Amino acid sequence: MMISRRRGGLAAASALAAAALTVASCGSGSTPESSAPASSAAAEPVTIRVQTFGGGTNFGYKNAIEKWNAEHKDIQIKEEHLTDQFEQQYWPQMIQWLQAGNGAGDVVGIDEGGMGLAKAHPEWWADLKEYGLESRKADFPAWKWENGVTADGKLFGLGTDIGGMSICYRKDLFEKAGLPGDRDKVSALWPTWDEFMNVGKTFQSKVKDSKFADGTNTLYQVVLYQEAAKNGNVTYFDKDNNLIVDKNPAVKAGFDFATKMSQQGLTAKLRNFTDEWAAGTQKGAFATLGCPSWMLGVVSGNAGDAGAGKWDVAAVPGGGGNWGGSWLAVPKQSKHPKEAAMVADYLTSAQTEASIFTDFGNMPSNTKSQADPAVQGAKNEFFNDAPIGEIFAKSASSLQPVFLGVKHAQVKNAIESVIQGMDDGSVPYDKAWQQLVDDAVKAAG
Amino acid sequence: MSLDTLPRAMRSNHRRPRPPGRRWRSRLDVKAMPYALVSPYFLLFAAFGLFPLAFTLYYSLYDYDLAGTTEWAGLGNYTALLADDDFWNAVVNTVGMFVIATVPQMLLALFLANALNKRFRFRLAIRMSVLLPLVTSVVAVAVVFTQLYARDWGLVNWILGWFGVDPTNWRAERVPSWIAIATMVDWRWTGYNAIIFLAGMQTIPRDLYEAAAIDGASRRRQFWQITLPMLRPTMIFVVLNSTIGGLTLFSEPTTFYNGNVDGGSQGQFQTVAMFIVKEGFREFDYGYAAAAAWLLFLLILLGALINFLFVRRIGGTK
Repeated sequence: MMISRRRGGLAAASALAAAALTVASCGSGSTPESSAPASSAAAEPVTIRVQTFGGGTNFGYKNAIEKWNAEHKDIQIKEEHLTDQFEQQYWPQMIQWLQAGNGAGDVVGIDEGGMGLAKAHPEWWADLKEYGLESRKADFPAWKWENGVTADGKLFGLGTDIGGMSICYRKDLFEKAGLPGDRDKVSALWPTWDEFMNVGKTFQSKVKDSKFADGTNTLYQVVLYQEAAKNGNVTYFDKDNNLIVDKNPAVKAGFDFATKMSQQGLTAKLRNFTDEWAAGTQKGAFATLGCPSWMLGVVSGNAGDAGAGKWDVAAVPGGGGNWGGSWLAVPKQSKHPKEAAMVADYLTSAQTEASIFTDFGNMPSNTKSQADPAVQGAKNEFFNDAPIGEIFAKSASSLQPVFLGVKHAQVKNAIESVIQGMDDGSVPYDKAWQQLVDDAVKAAG
Repeated sequence: MSLDTLPRAMRSNHRRPRPPGRRWRSRLDVKAMPYALVSPYFLLFAAFGLFPLAFTLYYSLYDYDLAGTTEWAGLGNYTALLADDDFWNAVVNTVGMFVIATVPQMLLALFLANALNKRFRFRLAIRMSVLLPLVTSVVAVAVVFTQLYARDWGLVNWILGWFGVDPTNWRAERVPSWIAIATMVDWRWTGYNAIIFLAGMQTIPRDLYEAAAIDGASRRRQFWQITLPMLRPTMIFVVLNSTIGGLTLFSEPTTFYNGNVDGGSQGQFQTVAMFIVKEGFREFDYGYAAAAAWLLFLLILLGALINFLFVRRIGGTK
């Protein structure tokens, strides 16, 4: 008797709690744009943890989150920026949390390199269709949308940004080397990668205490993605997930260019997303790096206020390409999937993605923001008022999706390590290609 | 009364005619109580020592992959490991760093302890201060040392530059990276070992030194002929401790490379412990990582044995 009565009490209490929860979630329902102060009556504010990665200003969520938190007393967003490095740290940690069913945030960022694996594990994710986000389909290019849908039709990821290509350069160092500082003239210097390297040699002959490029890696990535577009839009894996590192001409082209840059002594031998690289950005260790749109925020964040006006953005040799870009997903383990879905919806909305671009530089994948005049005409103050809208938004709709395999992140890390090792002298040039292939095979397991 | 209980209970064992309940209770008292009293340690050891050990052994016989599928592998993981260049690279790195770190550390600690074992002002404060590096967090130490050893604006390269040495890329070259990490380890542990040596030195009877002094033995001779041989048990403890610590080295080299367990672009300073974490929690091959953990365990046993035999000879009577 005693026991069952107590149980009855417990059941009543939990029913009450459930009811309270329902009330709370009803109050904050509907689309996020319209849910401003209506729900402020709810008792406990729900905290939604948004986990991100990347250097500098990374996802560029600072202002957007402040705005949301000021407008929504019942749902507070807390951003947890875990690390600069996706493949080596963020993603393995995330996989661990997802497998363990505990530890992941309510909304998590996933780089393109992790999407293959994420897609292969529908059991990790909440289905965003249950929260009415199927309606967002019209906002994204087909490839960006479809990459967030699992084979069994579950919608798990919403697109954040896309790559686009440019070269970020130090205007002041270029002028010091007797080169033009103006971005149009700089762009005219290098229609091809060979000419880019020639500019590098001229630069290096004049300037001794800075290197022309940051390292081999960002330029390798740029060339890889440009060439991938010409080779069936694949990099390390073909569309059946077979490793094709040794067969894909795009990989060899990127590798060869990295080798030449390194052999000419044009690199500062720094690997992107390391502390030394971040410090090098600030201290002028190098004058150029490959810059997809999201790299702008990384550069400005790393360089700090003192770097404002010294940097600028020029066209990339050899045409466009699509390196990088991310998605937001809601792990199944989230205690507040409904609220998390609202936050993911908000952070990928046309308005938010547009403001992220104008504030920090990450090119929206949302086609409505791409068409936004504010985006098309945007200038970036840090980069000497470079017309980033013109540089990135104009070509955004023509960007091709690149297929990345299930184990892309692991293979990418192995390959970058060899290319970096070649640059820092721990892998001999003549053995580097073979080692790259061997290590890639090993990483693909 | 209570003092009396034990002998009486013991006696009761030999006497047959006793009420059964009482006999049972007193036997429990004698036989089980001591075990109960020492059991907390053994229970904890079983839960946190023995069980993981056995569990790791069990796992090491299976193949795991990212998708979470499990397959019996027998000794496959072990044979694969023994043929894996990356594993041997990690073993060489670990042993190399251990030697570079431990040998100077022991000598320095001994020298420090000997210096601290004299009478001087503020003795206690100075002895305590030797322990300070130990209480600072590893991460703080690693962050500072990482900056000291930075390639481009590091203090060490700057000072070496005065002597015309070209800047060293401390993270890219194998031996320099070992040296950098060894200094980090030494900075933290030299003081700790010095204090233990000091404690050992203070247990050496004074009259030995007095007798030696009367016989005309110099300070140096006293050190070699009295201090060192008498210190041997302490030294065995310190060396075994450093062996275990040195061969499981993880935090310093990891922090030295941006918290990355790759240990340099080509694993220049990846230790076995980092290799285990990489295989287990970066590549998600738990079986392979478990097998590597077992091999590390054997490596430590071997290292401890070699060092034990070596130290036993130190300052021996010849």
